Amino acid sequence: MLDREPKIVAFLCNWCSYAGADLAGTGRIQYPPNVRVIRVPCSGRVDPLMILKCLQRGADGVLVSGCHPGDCHYIAGNYLARRKFVLLDKLLDFFGIEKGRVHFSWVSAAEGEKFADVVKQVTETVRALGKPTKLVR
Amino acid sequence: MPSMLQDTGFDARIGVYVCHCGLNIAGVVDVEAVRESARFLEGVVVVRDNRYTCSEVGQKGIADDIKEFMLNRVVIASCSPRLHEKTFRTLLEKSGLNPHLLEMANIREHCSWVHYDNHEAATEKAKGLVHSSVARARLLQPLSRTKGRVVPEVMVVGGGVAGISASLYLGGMGIKTYLVEREPSIGGHMAMLDKTFPTLDCSLCILSPKMVEVAECENIKVLSYSEIEKVEGQVGDFRVQVRRKPRYVNEEKCVGCGDCVAKCPVKVKDDFNRNMGTRKAIYIPFPQAIPPAYVIDDQNCRYLTQGKCKICQAVCERGAIEYDQTSYVETIEVGAIIVATGFQPYDPRGLPQYGYGRFPNVITSLDFERLICADGPTYGKLKRPGDSQVPKRVAFIQCVGSRSVASGCRGYGLDAETGSSVGATDPKAYCSRVCCMITAKQAFMVKEKYPDAEVYVYYIDMRTAGKGFEEFYQRGRHEGIVFLRGKPGEIEERDDGCLRIISEDLDSGCILDLCFDMVVLAQGLTPPDGLVEFAQKMNLSRSEDGFLMEGHPKLRPAETAIDGIYLAGCVQFPKDIPDSVAQAGAAAAAAAVTCSKESIEIDPLGPVIDEALCIGCKLCEMLCPYGAIKVELTDKGPKAKSIEVACKGCGVCGASCSTRAITMKHYTDSQLTAQAKAILEVV
Ligand SMILES: Cc1cc2nc3c(=O)[nH]c(=O)nc-3n(C[C@H](O)[C@H](O)[C@H](O)COP(=O)(O)OP(=O)(O)OC[C@H]3O[C@@H](n4cnc5c(N)ncnc54)[C@H](O)[C@@H]3O)c2cc1C
Ligand code: SF4
Ligand code: SF4
Ligand code: FES
Repeated sequence: MLDREPKIVAFLCNWCSYAGADLAGTGRIQYPPNVRVIRVPCSGRVDPLMILKCLQRGADGVLVSGCHPGDCHYIAGNYLARRKFVLLDKLLDFFGIEKGRVHFSWVSAAEGEKFADVVKQVTETVRALGKPTKLVR
Repeated sequence: MPSMLQDTGFDARIGVYVCHCGLNIAGVVDVEAVRESARFLEGVVVVRDNRYTCSEVGQKGIADDIKEFMLNRVVIASCSPRLHEKTFRTLLEKSGLNPHLLEMANIREHCSWVHYDNHEAATEKAKGLVHSSVARARLLQPLSRTKGRVVPEVMVVGGGVAGISASLYLGGMGIKTYLVEREPSIGGHMAMLDKTFPTLDCSLCILSPKMVEVAECENIKVLSYSEIEKVEGQVGDFRVQVRRKPRYVNEEKCVGCGDCVAKCPVKVKDDFNRNMGTRKAIYIPFPQAIPPAYVIDDQNCRYLTQGKCKICQAVCERGAIEYDQTSYVETIEVGAIIVATGFQPYDPRGLPQYGYGRFPNVITSLDFERLICADGPTYGKLKRPGDSQVPKRVAFIQCVGSRSVASGCRGYGLDAETGSSVGATDPKAYCSRVCCMITAKQAFMVKEKYPDAEVYVYYIDMRTAGKGFEEFYQRGRHEGIVFLRGKPGEIEERDDGCLRIISEDLDSGCILDLCFDMVVLAQGLTPPDGLVEFAQKMNLSRSEDGFLMEGHPKLRPAETAIDGIYLAGCVQFPKDIPDSVAQAGAAAAAAAVTCSKESIEIDPLGPVIDEALCIGCKLCEMLCPYGAIKVELTDKGPKAKSIEVACKGCGVCGASCSTRAITMKHYTDSQLTAQAKAILEVV
């Protein structure tokens, strides 16, 4: 269990998940304040290295969220992202980094509530995992 | 000149503006604290807070600062960039700065609105977001926008009353318009209605002149029996592939005499009449169809399915029958697209307790329209399907498939977990908006035709908001229509064919046990068939209810998140005819604005390739969804080259290059990592 507030970086694609997060706002849906959003054009823009860098610099968790399968604004960016993250998962496992520190999800522009749920879930998971010990500088 | 200082070769001079947004932000976030936390960040020259940054005063303040402090970067912490990025980019441009030197921190949608119960944490988060934006702003680079061409023509998809109206507005402005309709005729659902509320005008009598106008307008080309296959390009310059299905009848030659119909030996159920009558394999959906040409139904034509017959060809004096027609794809270039693909009535088989499909005398409101229509299968006599008797007692049940919270289904077209389609028969949570008035109209029509008939309406709430609607509903009550509050749990069919409904009348508290000769289910309106795939082709988002999502729920109701694509009619949400026509006007105006431009500025978000690092591995070429990056042989070996016109700026290539030879404009690795770093330092 973490004894301070977890720090979570979220990369959200501009077309779906960022808009979904906006919708959570418009709907005044409350969720934990631990996530800081970085807007990217597409989940396919997220280089696994960026995620590693976040962990290295002390992020307790990283969330990457894009459009649902088939809905990517750039046709297939989210599929490519998913494939990369499957590999990344293995690499993290190899490093001994706990499952749940890096989370990948689909949130559409209509799913404000789902975005809030994802944030809640990630925050709780990360909080329960406690202080990261691997990779952190 | 401030523009001289834009390159990062000069030190960044950043202005930070924290917006109160009235109390929207300031009511939760300590705006002054956020402002002060940015004051001494590297590169920051001036910090301010504004009540409304987007107001004229707010904007002027920034413009003045840009001059006075020679700012070369601007950070605005306010609402979502999806709302005001354009506004502020224009401000920068007017002040002599490159519009891409703006960065926004979303401290409203992503902060004050979602953490109103925790002011302290919200303030800390806002600080983090502002620091992250400042870090990114330091590294922003001016980008030159490219100019794209504008094809001054529009495509309207869907030929219901919304698409027809939009096309007529555009045609009237002298704009060449393609009206694409997937059925053999335009007209949509309105062509199937008998009368329209609240004035009881005959539906086709008011629609048909508009359809004729479409056919006669020299600026409108109707592509009936056609569907969208693929859409490429961007605002001002879309390339749309339209699949034209074969009619097997030459549209130009057919004069609609109908000689063929008389002789065609194949009779099938008539879908236009909701399968209650029959038509031939060669047919015209309804007499006023536009185009006024016949069509052969290739699923049922004896020649096309069995190779024998050709009777229609023999009788057609004009030689219009062409069995060898095949489907083909036509590519059309337009500057804007209006989507008006309407709705699909809810299929009540999803609620088996009402027996639709099992009990012949349980019908839907659309069935009712065909039954009572003089052009319908019973020539306007309300003969119930079971035994062709005119019913003496008729019940209407409201909200069938609408307002169904209990079912737990929100109506979203794709199941969030499994990704599979949610069926048309799943009841929806939303109110379909028009069914109360449809029933008020239909109940009135029963009374009008058969004054002795007893008419009952089971309802949850009667929603009659609209000009003349409440007055119309009250008129129905005066005519003796009985309105009972309460939704029946089920319909039972008795041996004598009568339909029994037991329900509680919530107004009197009595349990009522009544029998009817016919029950009409007021079916809700659901997204049109195939909208999931259609939305994917067009890259459009759908709302939770499954309809297409508008650009902004209040301010851009006829636009979408994609520039150059607009919405009209029920495809955005259920609405009545006047609202569909009004939205069509708005969409046409928006499309006309796009077409009136000489050129359109396109955001230059693509890859920059460092040839020294590129090893020509072709990974980027393989991954790019648009074929917009290609490895070419140069005198230094194979090197990747960006094809700017094709690139959409997704960043897939940039995230994949193993030698880091690719830098994504405006989303560079260093910009994104600087943001992350700043975030992690603050919290
Ligand atoms: C039973 C009933 C009674 C009604 N009575 C009234 C009334 O009295 N007064 C009133 O104001 N309103 C009434 N309405 C509502 C009215 O029908 C709608 O407001 C109106 O039809 C909406 O028009 P539209 O053009 O948006 O959609 P539609 O009429 O559904 O037209 C959409 C068109 O797009 C076509 N299309 C669909 N998908 C595609 C595709 N992928 N590609 C190409 N084309 C496509 C369809 O074939 C159709 O022609 C009634 C509705 C019902 C169900
Ligand atoms: S992925 Fe990188 S190295 Fe490979 S061809 Fe593309 S730019 Fe060159
Ligand atoms: S940014 Fe996307 S579209 Fe452009 S070249 Fe790279 S992969 Fe292709
Ligand atoms: S644009 Fe959302 S994942 Fe590609």
